[in-house]
Amino acid sequence: MSTEQVITLTAGIVGGALRVGAPFLFVSLGECLTEKSGRINLGLEGVLVLSAMAAFGGAYLTGSPWLGVLCGAVAGALLATLHGVLCSLHGVNDVATGIALMMLGTGLAFYLGKPLIQPQAPQIPFIPLGNWSDSSAVRSALQINALLPVGIVLAAAMWWAFARTRWGLLVRMAGDSANAARALGYSVSGIRIAATAAGGFIAGLGGASLTLFYPGSWNEGISSGQGLIAVALVIFARWSPLRCIGAAALFGGAGAIGPALQSVGIGWGYHLFNTLPYVFTLIILVLSCKPGQVVPGSPGELSSTR
Amino acid sequence: MRKLLSDLALPAGAIFASLLVFGVFEWLAGVNPIEVWLLLFKGAFGDWYSWQNTLQRAAPLMLTALCVAVPARAGLVIIGGEGALVLGGLACAALPYAVPLPANLAGTFLICAAGAAVGALWIALAGWLRQYRGINETISSLLLAYVAIGLFKHLVEGPLRDPASLNKPSTNTLAEGLRIGGIAGSDVHWGLVLGVAACVILWLWLRWTPSGFAVRVVGGNPRTAQLVGLPASQLIISACAVGGACAGLAGAVEVAAVHTNANASLIAGYGYAGILVSFMARHSPLGIIPVAILFGGFGAAGSLLQRRLGLPDASVLVLQGIAFVLILASEALRGLNWRALLLRRAPA
Repeated sequence: MSTEQVITLTAGIVGGALRVGAPFLFVSLGECLTEKSGRINLGLEGVLVLSAMAAFGGAYLTGSPWLGVLCGAVAGALLATLHGVLCSLHGVNDVATGIALMMLGTGLAFYLGKPLIQPQAPQIPFIPLGNWSDSSAVRSALQINALLPVGIVLAAAMWWAFARTRWGLLVRMAGDSANAARALGYSVSGIRIAATAAGGFIAGLGGASLTLFYPGSWNEGISSGQGLIAVALVIFARWSPLRCIGAAALFGGAGAIGPALQSVGIGWGYHLFNTLPYVFTLIILVLSCKPGQVVPGSPGELSSTR
Repeated sequence: MRKLLSDLALPAGAIFASLLVFGVFEWLAGVNPIEVWLLLFKGAFGDWYSWQNTLQRAAPLMLTALCVAVPARAGLVIIGGEGALVLGGLACAALPYAVPLPANLAGTFLICAAGAAVGALWIALAGWLRQYRGINETISSLLLAYVAIGLFKHLVEGPLRDPASLNKPSTNTLAEGLRIGGIAGSDVHWGLVLGVAACVILWLWLRWTPSGFAVRVVGGNPRTAQLVGLPASQLIISACAVGGACAGLAGAVEVAAVHTNANASLIAGYGYAGILVSFMARHSPLGIIPVAILFGGFGAAGSLLQRRLGLPDASVLVLQGIAFVLILASEALRGLNWRALLLRRAPA
């Protein structure tokens, strides 16, 4: 392999980590918020697909990428609110509801998104960070999604809010001890519905990054399990919004290996390399979970870790 | 008795409600809902042709639903049946590459067994990861399904590809004698019998045998299981393997009876629809039979909706999603004391 190929490959993987990592970051932040309140939302996969479609449709119809982003986030919040409300009903299990919403969200997105497969929508602008380099591969790799800095600021803000604010404390209390929240006169269901809806809004930004930045078009294979990987990613990040940043970059990089190898002409095993993020997620789970033991940092009321 | 009544009434009510909601959704999309309902019924159960289509789709649904139901009885939520299905189908198509097979019933049995074995291993892996590594089985089974699909595409488009399949990469076509044929000359293949038989046998197993009872104890109350010394991990992993074998068999049947080789058409979402079927049947293997026929019917009607009204093929997915949400929501109504509610309201 020549030096140029190595540079292209490295740039491809780093650039991929930034591009592919952005949706991971938003979805994992959304899931982190939801899980902190004591509820798991497996339906974020559905939220991601639906919001990706809504963002693309919104941008296509209004001509403004930012209105598209807003459409995506609102669509995500609506679907997540449905999850939050359903789970508050007596005897309704949050894991099963998540699976149902995965189906409903995907179905709605495919149905409503049928006319959107052909057209082009205005894209989210990029921020060029690579102008110092002569290599075009490096320059194109460092054209980052304008939403990515928003995500990083959001992660820091969430970390600060969980630690320092009244709202953050309420969410954590609902997640760690519902009885304590009830004893203080707060509605646990209310807090959880709000946290789930806000989580859906944040995850919707991830959906918007998919269709309005990279890969930048709407098709029915736009997300294959990123929403679910994000659930695993939150476990890996031990429910810390700051660690979600690193985890998202790591997973984005793993997801970029296949396309990066293809760009330097290695076409063998394309589908195999595309399974790397899933295999990687499983390995990470093996490393971070222990049988019969609760993962450190997990909210006490969470049904998936109990 | 009362329990049976609510077991039947709640899902039936949820289905009617979801048809209603689906009708409203189509009405909002500018389609006459009455026409949609009529076509749904006609495409699913209207005539013998529709019935054949329905039953053809019901067969894999029964088997993939068992992949959810049996582990669920042991207390696990497995949603990766799609992975076991595609690998089962692949194993079935790939076995003739490895060993010369007799082109008769024995050969058919062997390719089906290969599919079931691979499916069993795949889902048992999710059970093993949960018992010995503490990994949530819902997440791991779905991740494994994506890995399975990647593996499937790699092998079908690479090492196992039939060079003659140009536009649609496929494996070699199965010999005529290995395929599963129709029942009495119809389009309904013997896979339906396999599906019904699997449902009945697993129902008998769970209901009447000591090991089936042990699985239900482990699922119902893990602490009791521990106290009476049941080998929980073995039972859970076996339940996963049994479920996975069913899903693998579903893939093998689809290949041997419908597609005749393994190609991307096999990834049709039966694994995911099976989750819905199993939840609706409350994870009862016997209940799965009618529910699978119902949803097989909706699947069959989907293509009619597409042809007649020009609706997107995702209509069926939307209907499935609505039905799933309402089925779960109907659980909130279970066990309500209706008489007390009515009496309290009546005097006012």
